[in-house]
Amino acid sequence: MPATDLSRSAALVEADRLMTICNACRYCEGLCAVFPAMEMRRTFADSDLNYLANLCHQCGACYSDCQYSPPHEFNVNVPAALATLRNDSYAKYAWPRAFAPAFARNGLFIALTAAAGVAAFIVGFVAWRDPAVLFARHAGDFYKMMPHNAMVALFGAVFIYAIAALALSLRAYWRDINGEVDLRAAGEATVDAARLTYLGGGGGGCTSENEMPSAQRRVFHHFTFYGFLLCFAATSVATIYHYAFGWRAPYALTSLPVLLGIAGGLGLLIGPAGLFVLAQQRYAVLTDAPRRGMDTAFLAMLFLVSLTGFALMILRDSGAMGILLALHLGVVLALFLSLPYGKFVHGLYRYLALVKYAREKRTAAFVD
Amino acid sequence: MPVRFDNIYDVVVAGGGNAALCAAITAARAGRSVIVLEGAPAFYRGGNTRHTRNLRCAHDGIAPTMTGPYDGGEFLDDLYRVTGGETDKALAQLTIERSRELIPWMNKAGVKFQPPLGGTLSLGKTNAFFLGGGRGMLNALYRQAEALGVVCLSDAPVTALSIEDGFFTAATIQYEGLPHQVRGRTLVAAAGGFEANIDWLKQHWGAAADNFLIRGTPYNRGDVLKMLLAHGVKPVGDPTQMHCVGIDARAPRFDGGIATRLDSVVFGIMVNRAAQRFYDEGEETWPKRYAIWGRLIAQQPEQIGYSIVDSKSIHMFMPSIFPAVQAGAIGELAGKLQLDAAALEKTVADFNAAVRPGTFDHTVLDDCRTEGLAIPKSHWARKIDTPPYYAYPLRPGITFTYLGVRVNDESRMVLANGKTSGNMFAAGEIMAGNVLGKGYLAGIGMTIGAVFGRIAGEGAAKNARN
Repeated sequence: MPATDLSRSAALVEADRLMTICNACRYCEGLCAVFPAMEMRRTFADSDLNYLANLCHQCGACYSDCQYSPPHEFNVNVPAALATLRNDSYAKYAWPRAFAPAFARNGLFIALTAAAGVAAFIVGFVAWRDPAVLFARHAGDFYKMMPHNAMVALFGAVFIYAIAALALSLRAYWRDINGEVDLRAAGEATVDAARLTYLGGGGGGCTSENEMPSAQRRVFHHFTFYGFLLCFAATSVATIYHYAFGWRAPYALTSLPVLLGIAGGLGLLIGPAGLFVLAQQRYAVLTDAPRRGMDTAFLAMLFLVSLTGFALMILRDSGAMGILLALHLGVVLALFLSLPYGKFVHGLYRYLALVKYAREKRTAAFVD
Repeated sequence: MPVRFDNIYDVVVAGGGNAALCAAITAARAGRSVIVLEGAPAFYRGGNTRHTRNLRCAHDGIAPTMTGPYDGGEFLDDLYRVTGGETDKALAQLTIERSRELIPWMNKAGVKFQPPLGGTLSLGKTNAFFLGGGRGMLNALYRQAEALGVVCLSDAPVTALSIEDGFFTAATIQYEGLPHQVRGRTLVAAAGGFEANIDWLKQHWGAAADNFLIRGTPYNRGDVLKMLLAHGVKPVGDPTQMHCVGIDARAPRFDGGIATRLDSVVFGIMVNRAAQRFYDEGEETWPKRYAIWGRLIAQQPEQIGYSIVDSKSIHMFMPSIFPAVQAGAIGELAGKLQLDAAALEKTVADFNAAVRPGTFDHTVLDDCRTEGLAIPKSHWARKIDTPPYYAYPLRPGITFTYLGVRVNDESRMVLANGKTSGNMFAAGEIMAGNVLGKGYLAGIGMTIGAVFGRIAGEGAAKNARN
């Protein structure tokens, strides 16, 4: 087992210790991508461990299958060790570095961002016009509350910031793990991400101690992920309608943006709710327990975006429209702002890890 | 649901590993009431099963995770070769014939298989690998057994068996702090060997057994085996023999399992406490080379050996769980190992001087050998001359013992007086000596356990009805 290195975090030291044990055992190599990737190495540098940590989907199968999990003296708990290291890695690569602490108390950070977002819109609407406008009926015309251009400018700026911050974080990660890409690897990784190939413990599904392996987490994750994509598609189609065709919102219930939005919105209600319930039932020993707030905060934000969106759609002709719009836009703004500093990043880091894995499993030799 | 001890179970299974579960599931599917009595706590349940990885089976090449085919004749040849004929031919043929049913049966019970991927074992043709290893397989069997209504107790060691004239009536167990009588119409004994029973090992190996490491859990004490032999069941297998391999001396005393293996020996030299070589390190290929060193080290002073390689070889074998001891010079390495530096330097120098030129290839019996040494190295002999130098300390790692109970082709126990038991069956390691009298064949333990577990379950189910 590796000697103590004071320059390394406890999470890195523990992940190195476990991968050294696992590499001498290898019984779990059929469960997911982590163990075959491990087998391509004999020693584990920090960057190797940050790569492996993000390759792990935390299904838990390797814990219940392990001869060495606690109470064995080897105390092997790969899902928890890699979850901890993975959460550390989000902070390590965050841009700018000053925002890295957001990952430490992520629930609080997200809650404050959301509250600030909502408050800003309420104050903004009132300041822009007058208090009465907030409660007046506008026949679903959001732009009475906030001019379209102002909305585009604000959200466009925040969106661009989020994209830039994410891109810079991911670039730092990609460089650190010596990532290389080709078309085939990107394609394979896309399929693996889209299907959640490695969230299945090699076929059984996610396991908790003494529980049946189950596909529920994958199902609810699909609801969440594809719901998110559909909502994104709804916004994109609406943008095209506006600028390419000059068709202004509000759109009819049967229009494409609304239909996409409804489908996506339902996914973002069902998926996060299901994942939240499953997380409560999950065996805590498999998780990075002190930072589970990060998961809850992201699920809550997605759920609230959808819930406020539906409320707005249903009540857009009523006097509640103003306050609901402030709520919805506030939550959406907070979601965008916090994208680079919350659980959202897990999908991007994992995708890059999958790309690296897809490439190296073709190009690197297994170490026997 | 509280466990009932007032009823009479159709089948009482002593043990909780692969053989026990195969028997329990088979009897439960036949509609019998079954209780499984595992002596170890839940985490350590299953005996050696939790450390296994695959089972060997004859097949015609259509198993999806296997390359093939592996026909029965070839399987039998392999079995004869490793046992040197120390096998009951009829039971060996029965094992092989019924091994064909195992993959579909296991699949039905929820066990998943995977292709052999990385690693050193080229067993894709002969062995089916459990997804997630033996513990993953065991968890699936327990889930299946419980779904069928089998009562599965762990931390419930059998402390006594009520047997009269070879007829079982009850097992006494210690459970949740109290003794209980578990009455049954039949017994399936599937409680393994005595490899973790140091006092028992000492009867044949003396104080040397204090330096043995046990690869499985400390619960493989052989209590049920001892009770059966005391009740007049006929023994089988050499009581002094055990399967033992060379493993890392720094491994825990018990339950180090597969991760403590070392595959470095053939790449260098092996010396004892006196820094002397003691056996041809290049004699054979895997798996024999893996299996002989436990016994060889057991016969050395203090039961320890040191595998020494140089930097040419350090990356040629499976990575080790503990780091190699490393030094820039042989004398320095000796110091770190607390060996006599001059003696080790001379051993290495003599060895290097005896190495003949050749073309190194560790995957075949190559032409790299020594000449003129009292103990030659017949293959893979390369000079140990490229620092840094590395060493691993090795001790005997005991996997299983060969002593067991005699059974017939119904897995029914045979008594010392030659009669068969009225209602007692045995399966798994406790009777493996019937088929595997000596030697070892990868995955054969699981094959014997599953085949005779199912046969015992069928027999007990039928017996319990009469």
